[in-house]
Amino acid sequence: MLSKRIIPCLDIKDGRTVKGVNFVGLRDAGDPVELAKLYAEEGADELVLLDITATHEKRKTVVELATKVAQQLNIPFTIGGGIASVEDAHAVLNAGADKISINSAAVKNPQLINDLSEKFGSQCVVVAIDAKEVDGTWFVHLNGGRIKTDLELFAWAKEAEERGAGEILFTSMNHDGTKAGFANEALANMSALLNIPIIASGGAGNMQHIRDTFIHGKADAALAASIFHFKEIAIPDLKNYLKKEGISIR
Amino acid sequence: MKLVIINYGAGNTQSVKYAFQRLGINPVLSNNVDEIFSADKVIFPGVGHAQAAMNELMAQGLEKFIPQLTQPVLGICLGMQLLCQFSEEGNTQCLGIINDTVKKFEPLLKVPHMGWDGSTTAPIKNAVFNNIKEQVYFVHSYYVPINQYTIETCDYITPFSASIQKDNFYGCQYHPEKSGKVGEQILKNFLAL
Repeated sequence: MLSKRIIPCLDIKDGRTVKGVNFVGLRDAGDPVELAKLYAEEGADELVLLDITATHEKRKTVVELATKVAQQLNIPFTIGGGIASVEDAHAVLNAGADKISINSAAVKNPQLINDLSEKFGSQCVVVAIDAKEVDGTWFVHLNGGRIKTDLELFAWAKEAEERGAGEILFTSMNHDGTKAGFANEALANMSALLNIPIIASGGAGNMQHIRDTFIHGKADAALAASIFHFKEIAIPDLKNYLKKEGISIR
Repeated sequence: MKLVIINYGAGNTQSVKYAFQRLGINPVLSNNVDEIFSADKVIFPGVGHAQAAMNELMAQGLEKFIPQLTQPVLGICLGMQLLCQFSEEGNTQCLGIINDTVKKFEPLLKVPHMGWDGSTTAPIKNAVFNNIKEQVYFVHSYYVPINQYTIETCDYITPFSASIQKDNFYGCQYHPEKSGKVGEQILKNFLAL
């Protein structure tokens, strides 16, 4: 039976892993390659590496990161951050990344999703969406949550799927950094609407939150950063707990 | 031992190369027919669209030669699918080594079939594929049906071939290069043939 996936996320700035709390106030949590290997050995099912400086820097740094991680990691990983063209994606995939994640660039140029999925296959195109609920409506935000758009979350997720996204990485800005649990209602609604896997992101504070996002949020994968980086939850303990809760886990 | 990875522009070529390097083997990446024929073992990688991949193989003059290889060949993911006769992905004529048609998953569950999965049936005894009791990493929207060459099966939407073998041609739908320690063991098994 297909397992639910546990995905540690590494936010990377200047070659070091950091984690933004509510997208501000960065903390340093180590070398990305060492951390990636450690997570793989502990049983992480996949990794996401987001280069949060990439937007303002050259493609080269992301490609270097992808190369270093690909050489050492024996599980799949996604690279995101500053990928805005077919050429950017090609460079990162060619370096050994399994998937690329696009966010603001896809909103600004939705055709990019079509182009990437036609060229490289849907399976490697992750569309990341940061959204915030305001008075009952979820609005898509850009540039790490700094810019609000009028785009509605579910309409955009559906459009991304139709254009060829292989997976949606949905981060609730209302929940991110709170450690109070995931946006399970929105996740479940999205899961009912879409036929591609959904990664839940934002709000993981304890093991039960991850169980709940699989059971109530119908998520295919759960992504978290700080709870893993600062060893608040050890992946082997989390997996044992989820198995006991009857969830299909590797 | 000379290991050649057929380098025709497949998406996972580097990942496969790195996986063997982690095992202490330095593979040669080549699309040169003489180089490929001189190999002790050949890896046929593949990620992406069947038609695009076949077009690349034909443009590089490789499609006629791959079926003539006599040394052990391991097709990974799309590389395995291309060993078949035909793929519904782009209605593509493939290499025709295995007389079967690659089919698209009915969208009864989420597609692609993405993530770690295992087998529900006991695998046929095989020198390479003997580890699927532990989960391995899949990512695909098309599948090779169960046929006379099936070694391991997986069940997602429908039972399908997780791995196949016909003579010297081995293929796995999952990615051993991305399947942790289990995947490394499968690659080692292939090297030990």
